[in-house]
Amino acid sequence: MMKERKSLGSIFLNGVITENPTFRLVLGTCPTLAVTTSAINGIGMGAAATFVLIGSNVVVSLLRKFIPNNVRIPSFIVIICTFVTMVQLFMQAYLPSLYESLGIFIPLIVVNCIILARAEAFASKNSVIASAVDGLGMGVGFTLALTLIGMIREVIGSGTLFGIQIMGAGYEPMLLFVLASGGFLTYGLLLGAINAIVRRFQKDKHVEGGRA
Amino acid sequence: MSIRLSSAPHIRTSASTQSLMLNVVIALMPCVAAGVYLFEMSALAVLCVCAGTAVLAEYVWQRLMKIEVRVGDCSTLVTGIILGLTLPPTLPWWAAMVASAFAIIVVKQLFGGIGDNFLNPALTARAVLLASWPAHMTTYIDISRDHIADAVTMATPLSGENVVEYTYLELFQGAIPGSIGETCKAAILVGLVYLLITKTISWRIPVVTMASAFVSAFVLGMDPIHAVLTGGILFGAVFMATDYTTSPMSASAQYAYSVGIGFLTMIIRRFGAYPEGVTYAILLMNILTPLLDKYMPNRIYGHGKKKEAKEA
Amino acid sequence: MNEITRMLLFMVSCVLTNNFIFSRFLGCCPFLGVSGKVETAASMGLAVTFVMTIASLFSYMVYHWLLVPLKITFMQTIAFILVIAALVQFVEMFLKKASPSLHGALGIYLPLITTNCAVLGVATLNVSENYNLIYSVLNGAFSAVGFLVAIVLMAGVRERLENAKIPECMKGFPISLVSAGLMAIAFMGFSGLV
Repeated sequence: MMKERKSLGSIFLNGVITENPTFRLVLGTCPTLAVTTSAINGIGMGAAATFVLIGSNVVVSLLRKFIPNNVRIPSFIVIICTFVTMVQLFMQAYLPSLYESLGIFIPLIVVNCIILARAEAFASKNSVIASAVDGLGMGVGFTLALTLIGMIREVIGSGTLFGIQIMGAGYEPMLLFVLASGGFLTYGLLLGAINAIVRRFQKDKHVEGGRA
Repeated sequence: MSIRLSSAPHIRTSASTQSLMLNVVIALMPCVAAGVYLFEMSALAVLCVCAGTAVLAEYVWQRLMKIEVRVGDCSTLVTGIILGLTLPPTLPWWAAMVASAFAIIVVKQLFGGIGDNFLNPALTARAVLLASWPAHMTTYIDISRDHIADAVTMATPLSGENVVEYTYLELFQGAIPGSIGETCKAAILVGLVYLLITKTISWRIPVVTMASAFVSAFVLGMDPIHAVLTGGILFGAVFMATDYTTSPMSASAQYAYSVGIGFLTMIIRRFGAYPEGVTYAILLMNILTPLLDKYMPNRIYGHGKKKEAKEA
Repeated sequence: MNEITRMLLFMVSCVLTNNFIFSRFLGCCPFLGVSGKVETAASMGLAVTFVMTIASLFSYMVYHWLLVPLKITFMQTIAFILVIAALVQFVEMFLKKASPSLHGALGIYLPLITTNCAVLGVATLNVSENYNLIYSVLNGAFSAVGFLVAIVLMAGVRERLENAKIPECMKGFPISLVSAGLMAIAFMGFSGLV
């Protein structure tokens, strides 16, 4: 029991940190770049993807013994599609303004490589609970990353955070950051910074290990 | 190309880079003088902020990254001055600082520093400013007739309707609203002559670019003389299109590159959302340069390298 | 005549002004993943152009002639992805028979295209923008040409960067993203062109 719980925790952290889909695996770049013009958009996109991830992981895991191997990819896509359509209809009905600003990137969750990759690499080989936790971890990791990028772009590009004015009245927002190129630049620079931190961390660890 | 510094004898290459870059700095001086004369202290302030920030940014970056500090090769100083000359004199100091630091750190150093950037740093920074604070980038000083240096939102002679008609001579002398270094064509030509005499650049890129701009303007139904005398096309053709690292190496590729710059400039002026297209035209041809180099090489590797280096 | 001008302008806007990569962020995965070499990038771009054009046509037919009459337009996404998957499969089989050399060049990219969001994206855009049949196909074809242009330019730049002294932590994806960002700045010059 103890062991099971620990491993669930590590599955969760794997998605959030070790294999963060945005910063470590660099998957699902299109929505990451496109919707992160504000922090709230990042959260919205992340939440939608998290729901789809958990749902598809659970169903794929439930059906993993019944889906024939040679039609598994199309089956996965149909399962993912079902959940995406659910999210889409839900947001259209209850969150129309968010739905509007995320635009075609909601239906495009279907082809987000993270989701298919987790179905193929994890859910089709693991138990239902582990798959659900994996979906949650990956989803949270994705959401956190998108929110971080969204926050940076929103603060610099609009002077607001979650829609609230936070920079002084004299601040003139650097519009570039909410434009297309700002998305590429923010993501690229963040990725570089995170690489630098990770390398630093690994180097220290390596040195310590050497000494011991 | 002597400016690609990857090979062994660092000190010598560095020295020759420095002398080339000093030539460019000298060639820029007439433009600087004209700009400061026409737009007075505000122009000088913008130029100093740009040049100072550029040098400082490069020094700090190289110290932080623990790599060789090469501020002494003067290439950064050139970038800073050129950037300053392409900006309106009324630009707030903080915007000039952001642009200058962006040019050096993001466009140049992240790609490996001198010789490795694929876009002209000064121009990219100018485009960043245009995208970020468009209002500040289109506020010009009307110094044309009565020489009152009041900052007013004033159309450059490029923007079309409701503008004072300037004579060709006025456009040539440069007492017109515009960026600091681009208005006085006489000063730019003095700089060009110096660069040609010292063999810092070859005639090919500036001359072909201007010819292409002239012909393109004519074909698109604009007044070709007016077209080449307004905006930054001459400044761009002399000082920015000729940047060693971001222009192609072979002669044939250089022709294609220059023709492209002139043509795209006029297309953007005529049809685009921006009144001036030189910035984007040169950046777009910079992006195309690796492909031009790849598919239009006309020199055999290992032969004639030295000659080519000087010509480029 | 007027209609033809309108179409030409529409094509230019698809390729340059509303470039799929630099202003719409569609197809970024292959743009970043398969742009290491100019030749492979060109093959990928051609394969995408091929599939996007046909997919626009078929998705239009499926949507307007099947989903709309049956009043099941909420099935749009699932229908489109199935159409695209089937189409890619079919194109691959057809190419294998008809032109083995072309299949050799494009073959390995075709399966990747099913999950390329540019293809599903263009089908979805055609519906949301209410394009008619001709404009849908034009949108598919010329947006794909825009993708081709972007990925080939990117590959050129990346080949050049191979020998650059890029800081260790920026190598790979980070520098590619920054390059793409700077290229997007240059592409802003095309705004308002149409």
